[in-house]
Amino acid sequence: MEQQDQKIVAKLTVPESSVRDEAPRSGNAVFDAKNVSIYYGSFRAVTDVSLNIYENEITAFIGPSGCGKTTVLRTLNRMNDLIPGARVDGAVHYRGASLYESGVSPTAVRRRIGMVFQKPNPFPKSIYDNVAYGPRINGERSKRKLDDIVERSLRQAALWDEVKNRLGKSALGMSGGQQQRLCIARTLAVEPDVVLMDEPCSALDPIATGKIEDLMHEIKSRYTIVIVTHNMQQATRVSDRTAFYSVLRDEKSDVRTGVLVEYDKTANIFENPQDSRTQAYVTGRMG
Amino acid sequence: MAPLASQTVDLREPAGWRRTKNQIMTVLMWGAFVIVLIPLGFVIYTVIEKGAKAISWQFLTNGTVPPNVMPLGFGGMGAAVIGTLEITGFAALIAIPLGVLGAVYISEYGGRNWLAKLIAFMADVMTGVPSIVMGLFIYTLWVLHFGYSGMAGSFALACLMLPVVIRSSYEMLRLVPNTLREGSYALGATKARVTVTVVLPAALGGIVSGALLAVARAAGETAPLLFCILTVESTNTNLFSGPNTALSTQIFANAQSPYVGAQARAWGAALTLIAITFILMIVARIVTARFTRYAR
Amino acid sequence: MSTATEADPAIPAGSAGALAHRRPLGDRGFQIMALVAGLLVLIILILIAVTTAQQSTTWFTTAGFKGIFSTVWNPEANQFGAMAFVYGTVIASVIAIIIAFPVSIGIALLLNEVVPRRWARPIIYVIDLLAVVPSVVWGLWGIIVLVPKLQTLYTHIASGVKGIPVLDSLFGGPDVSGASFFTAGLILAIMITPIITSLSREVIATVPAIDKEGAYALGATRWEMIRGAVWPHSQGGVVGAALVGLGRAMGETIAAALVIGASAEVTPHLFYTGYAIPAVIALQFGEASGGEFRAALIGLGLLLFVITIIVNLVARWIVERSARRARGA
Repeated sequence: MEQQDQKIVAKLTVPESSVRDEAPRSGNAVFDAKNVSIYYGSFRAVTDVSLNIYENEITAFIGPSGCGKTTVLRTLNRMNDLIPGARVDGAVHYRGASLYESGVSPTAVRRRIGMVFQKPNPFPKSIYDNVAYGPRINGERSKRKLDDIVERSLRQAALWDEVKNRLGKSALGMSGGQQQRLCIARTLAVEPDVVLMDEPCSALDPIATGKIEDLMHEIKSRYTIVIVTHNMQQATRVSDRTAFYSVLRDEKSDVRTGVLVEYDKTANIFENPQDSRTQAYVTGRMG
Repeated sequence: MAPLASQTVDLREPAGWRRTKNQIMTVLMWGAFVIVLIPLGFVIYTVIEKGAKAISWQFLTNGTVPPNVMPLGFGGMGAAVIGTLEITGFAALIAIPLGVLGAVYISEYGGRNWLAKLIAFMADVMTGVPSIVMGLFIYTLWVLHFGYSGMAGSFALACLMLPVVIRSSYEMLRLVPNTLREGSYALGATKARVTVTVVLPAALGGIVSGALLAVARAAGETAPLLFCILTVESTNTNLFSGPNTALSTQIFANAQSPYVGAQARAWGAALTLIAITFILMIVARIVTARFTRYAR
Repeated sequence: MSTATEADPAIPAGSAGALAHRRPLGDRGFQIMALVAGLLVLIILILIAVTTAQQSTTWFTTAGFKGIFSTVWNPEANQFGAMAFVYGTVIASVIAIIIAFPVSIGIALLLNEVVPRRWARPIIYVIDLLAVVPSVVWGLWGIIVLVPKLQTLYTHIASGVKGIPVLDSLFGGPDVSGASFFTAGLILAIMITPIITSLSREVIATVPAIDKEGAYALGATRWEMIRGAVWPHSQGGVVGAALVGLGRAMGETIAAALVIGASAEVTPHLFYTGYAIPAVIALQFGEASGGEFRAALIGLGLLLFVITIIVNLVARWIVERSARRARGA
């Protein structure tokens, strides 16, 4: 069965994705993915993705359900390792260093490349302990330093004023939007280089969503952000570059896989898409 | 903290305390498993080694248990084997139907009402009642009025098995999808009919395997029988009157004896008992693997 | 239609009444049977309390509160003080929990977090095997094989700690015996490990995966993830599991009876012979001739019943409360 599957997929001709990739004037490529295919067991979820992510930019991954955008995102910080049977072919480089080489430590990767999830997942601890968790496991013991880190992270997440008088209370007592900002603060507390966000606002109301989008603009100058989103308006509001993924289906065998269709500056994707599929998606005719 | 792109990033395993601590903890967790393996292996090895010396056809079938001082070769544990099989069998006959019915009540008829929740809760509490207390219970309730008998032992074992069968059957019934029930109701069946013809058959594999495990546990029980059957030395096939014996009580009595013969017989009985329990457990596993449709 | 739902001729066909009306006898009967079977649980529990209380009233009334908890147990002189047995039960069970708790948690974490699913099954089989070995076989092995070996070990330890203040009164003393509180605790620990492991596993399995992913995403190692995400969720449930194990250890009769040494003494020396409630009932019931002797033993049984029920109730309450907190949050 596996053999058969491989043969059929090989016949799938993956059309060239139109990756328009002019490096911005002062930025560098933080991520460099070449011919990345991701497998869950024998199922090829994503085929032949190549793109660069640039420093201090917000890059959005958009596309219909099942197109592999979250899978690609999780590949950037080795979170797919947690799924048994997951495998990555091709090369992913982070600032020149290969992420999938043997000898690379996933924990070291994730300290530099953080992640915020779709559903807020604070630990059942106090607000303070949630934010301090990361620094603590990295060895920070001094109470004064931890206090500073907690305050700074909560300020960056635009949450400080709301919680500064109840840092000892349980994180689970906050609203969804506050919890998500706490998760962002927690991620920022370890001072990562990159922040990956997997549909961070999909479980939140519009006001909370707005606060998080403002936050993203604020911190952009210090971090590189990649965000998966279902909401095209959000992509236009926050992102500098957008990558559009879609599902490619082989007519005969009905084998599906995710592919990168088009990747360009956000304005171009939405106003002047090169690929017909991109156009169909962003104008709402598909997906 | 964004490094310049020209700086090569070191992504190798950070040396030091964190990684070591993680590894130590993993070793400790495996160590916990090994700690448990040692006595288990030791016991099974000893029982097989010493028990095999005692086992023979005569040992298993001879109906007269010799006095402790006699060495191996005289008499056998046949009486105890029959006793264990009879007493446990009768207990299963009582406890399994009642347990399954009780589980049916909680699962199908109880709904959210307070009585069902109370029964379920108390069944859990009852699984924690010490077996010796069950023995004393049947002693005061039955033996004092009707004398020692294998049946009294069965009652005590049934009391021990009942909550376990209720709990495991209930878990299995819960797993049967509601769509199955609804399909049957939609054809006009009454609740009893739905339960008996659709729900129970669907959960049957799991229920049987849970019941077998309860039987296996009951077969090994000693304490309740001490008060109900009054260990004797000869076979008593009449379950309903007269004292009886069982493998577990024989082992208990022989273990306290200084005589080599008695101890050897104890090992033989232990091996027999473990074999019976083991067979029940394996059959339960096979039933779970082959006949359970709705597993957790 | 398979069953005939009798239509009441008095009600015109097609009206809602015909549908809502009678239930056939068989259906009712089945329900009653099921209800009675369920009620048996409550009935039995109540009967246990009632009958044992009845048979032991002479003990409670003659000995009085002071007599019951005296440390003197002398059947010939009609003195039935239970303190030695309560003490022994508690000490042996506490030793059992101290040993079994970390081991059980370790195995539970091993199975849920460390071992890939495919390899978990053989380990679970081993734990089930541990649970299925009958108590009397543990006792047999304990008294014939383990006790002599431990005797030499205890003697060594005792001579080693001679003179050291706290350790000497716990582990020292001239009369160390292989059959002792500690040995009983050891065997009990082996026997309660399966139930604590299985209950803990259920608790640990309810930790939401996204919490664990959150910890990993911050660059945590597996142990750090367990401490940060798994432990806060499961600590309540795991403590409840330990209490259930404690209850089992307290009620465990046969294995403890064979290796505890059967001497009714209250002493801090863990390597000395001792006694426990279920052990004394099992070992002395046969010889209990007098009415009051028997009443005392049955009374001890009632005491054990009450203690284990309380421990079990507290355990279930703790597990429920922590499960509710995890769900509500």
